Amino acid sequence: MSLIKNLFQHKQHNILNVYCTAGYPHLNSTLEVMRALQNNGADIIELGMPYSDPLADGPTIQASNSVALHNGMTIEKMFEQLQDFRNTPAEQDAIRIPVLLMGYMNPILQYGFEKFCRQAAELPVDGLILPDLPEYEFETIYGDIIKRYGLDFVFLVTPETSEERVRKLDALSTGFLYAVSSSSITGSDKDFSAVESYLQRLQNMQLTNPILVGFGIKDKQTFQSACKYANGAIIGTAYIKALEDAEDVNIATKKFLGSILQ
Amino acid sequence: MINITSFNQKGTYKQPNIFGYYGDFGGAYIPEMLHRNVEELKSRYLEIMYEPGFQQEFQALLKDYVGRPTPLFLAERLSKKYNTTIYLKREDLNHTGAHKINNAIGQVLLAQRLGKKRIIAETGAGQHGVATATVCALKGIECVVYMGEVDIERQAPNVARMKMLGAKVVPATSGSKTLKDATNEAIRAWINDPLETHYVIGSVVGPHPYPDMVARFQSVISEEVRWQLKEKTGSELPTHVIACVGGGSNAAGAFYHFLDDDNVQIIAVEAAGHGINSGMSAATTQLGKPGVLHGSKSLVMQTADGQVVEPHSISAGLDYPGIGPMHAHLYATGRGKFLSATDNESLAAAFQLTRLEGIIPALESAHALCALDQLKLSPRDVIVVCLSGRGDKDLSTYMKAMENVASQS
Ligand SMILES: Cc1ncc(COP(=O)(O)O)c(C=O)c1O
Repeated sequence: MSLIKNLFQHKQHNILNVYCTAGYPHLNSTLEVMRALQNNGADIIELGMPYSDPLADGPTIQASNSVALHNGMTIEKMFEQLQDFRNTPAEQDAIRIPVLLMGYMNPILQYGFEKFCRQAAELPVDGLILPDLPEYEFETIYGDIIKRYGLDFVFLVTPETSEERVRKLDALSTGFLYAVSSSSITGSDKDFSAVESYLQRLQNMQLTNPILVGFGIKDKQTFQSACKYANGAIIGTAYIKALEDAEDVNIATKKFLGSILQ
Repeated sequence: MINITSFNQKGTYKQPNIFGYYGDFGGAYIPEMLHRNVEELKSRYLEIMYEPGFQQEFQALLKDYVGRPTPLFLAERLSKKYNTTIYLKREDLNHTGAHKINNAIGQVLLAQRLGKKRIIAETGAGQHGVATATVCALKGIECVVYMGEVDIERQAPNVARMKMLGAKVVPATSGSKTLKDATNEAIRAWINDPLETHYVIGSVVGPHPYPDMVARFQSVISEEVRWQLKEKTGSELPTHVIACVGGGSNAAGAFYHFLDDDNVQIIAVEAAGHGINSGMSAATTQLGKPGVLHGSKSLVMQTADGQVVEPHSISAGLDYPGIGPMHAHLYATGRGKFLSATDNESLAAAFQLTRLEGIIPALESAHALCALDQLKLSPRDVIVVCLSGRGDKDLSTYMKAMENVASQS
């Protein structure tokens, strides 16, 4: 069973998924950040693969992508860093929680889509979030490859996504469905109260996948509002900001996740 | 005039299939946040564009506001120099000084019919930004233009024009701070306000249906060339059509109605910058690999790791690391011949045209003229060069070039 499915079988509420960028803040901090997230209460890690042109991301995540690229991060390097990340010599260092890779199509196409999926599955990571892979391409080309390697694939839905389309994307997704809280790029500060009726609508649809809410979740209050109507939430920008001037990744992560969960 | 059911499985040179593919290139690689907008556009653009009321308004504006048809000018001294027959399609004589306004008018009229209240655009040289700001002023619509910080500096007169026209100019400060980044910022702005806003893309790039829609609005260029050439030479067909390619909209328009005429050679000229292998170039077909940029699959200049590289061209309008999917297909199939011209060659071509014909071309268009030096031309050839814009915006670059020449001699 996939680690993601397993997680949702044991825990249906207040799931905390945290985004971090591979190679940020330092080239070799990827695993340190992931461990800090695991040790301080994250349920899922969304590991961003840096890209020069991250279309759906706001200035904070863009900047983390630029820094990571400047640090020399590549898909190949990320795979090297994640080698044995589930079975480290020191047992407490192993990452046991689900990990999804998030990124844009172009670097993956250059790497080789199938090779990418094969290596991701070998590590293993659990799934992929590729916001610029549209459902038409997924259904005609890429979905089969992703499934062949047993990876989960998470589609996004927004307040503008029609009910019919939400059902279609739910049917194509495995793991969970990513409910974007408003029409925006990451890191925007739109009014969160309008989001509630949309999340209620999703909840009433009785979808097959659990729902995690992302974009605009930045503190305890927004996390809790999201969790009222969904299985949990995804935090990205606010965590990257917490890492921006951090001297110690562990301390910064502990402080940040503490402020959300306690 | 247009047969909406003419989409075939693989698409044609001219038209993509229903998923937006020209051969292997095209599609709509967009995040879900843009799905509804792009889908709305896709399901309605053809119906709206070919509505009689739309066509009437569009054609009237092209005629009385833009000044179309633009002349097809026999450049006699230039022809003599190359011992052949060269016609210039004078898109530089359009209102606002370039072909960009053909598309800007079309898209703004379309946006109005979609009920959109606000227009956003990206711009490189500033010509598309000026064209869009102009049409928005004409129609009384709010306009925001995204422009790379570097381009804001090198195209100052156009920034001033946009501001005078009432548009807000927002600097793009990420990446190379040029057209690619301005396009990213415009797409992000669209994601943030998808319901009220229409994004007027300025070239044949972006997710389907943009490349097809922009190509159709620009196709008026070759539509006119055909009858103008017939009047002048007795034949509708030239031997060569030459155009510069940034994203490829003036080229798409100049090529459009000749793509099915196999005897017409289609010549595209890209910006080689300091030279193809200098690391300072924007010649996408020479340096690019298949990839996804700004919502479509095409040829993209990128590193081995799939990071988009920062291109270079002296011409802001050609300083783009991608190319429209239609052109990637023309390149891949060999239907189009792709040449390139360096910064210096283009400067020389601009001065040559100015001295021989009294026409100061845009730096972009000067790249197209460089093809004349590279092709083997015969006296029997009839060549059409798309002079996509005028050089007013490039005067500071031209003046610098003159000073350099003066100081060296
Ligand atoms: C005069 C002129 N020609 C050409 C271009 C390049 O665009 P495209 O390749 O879409 O025609 C520009 C872009 O700004 C331009 O201003």
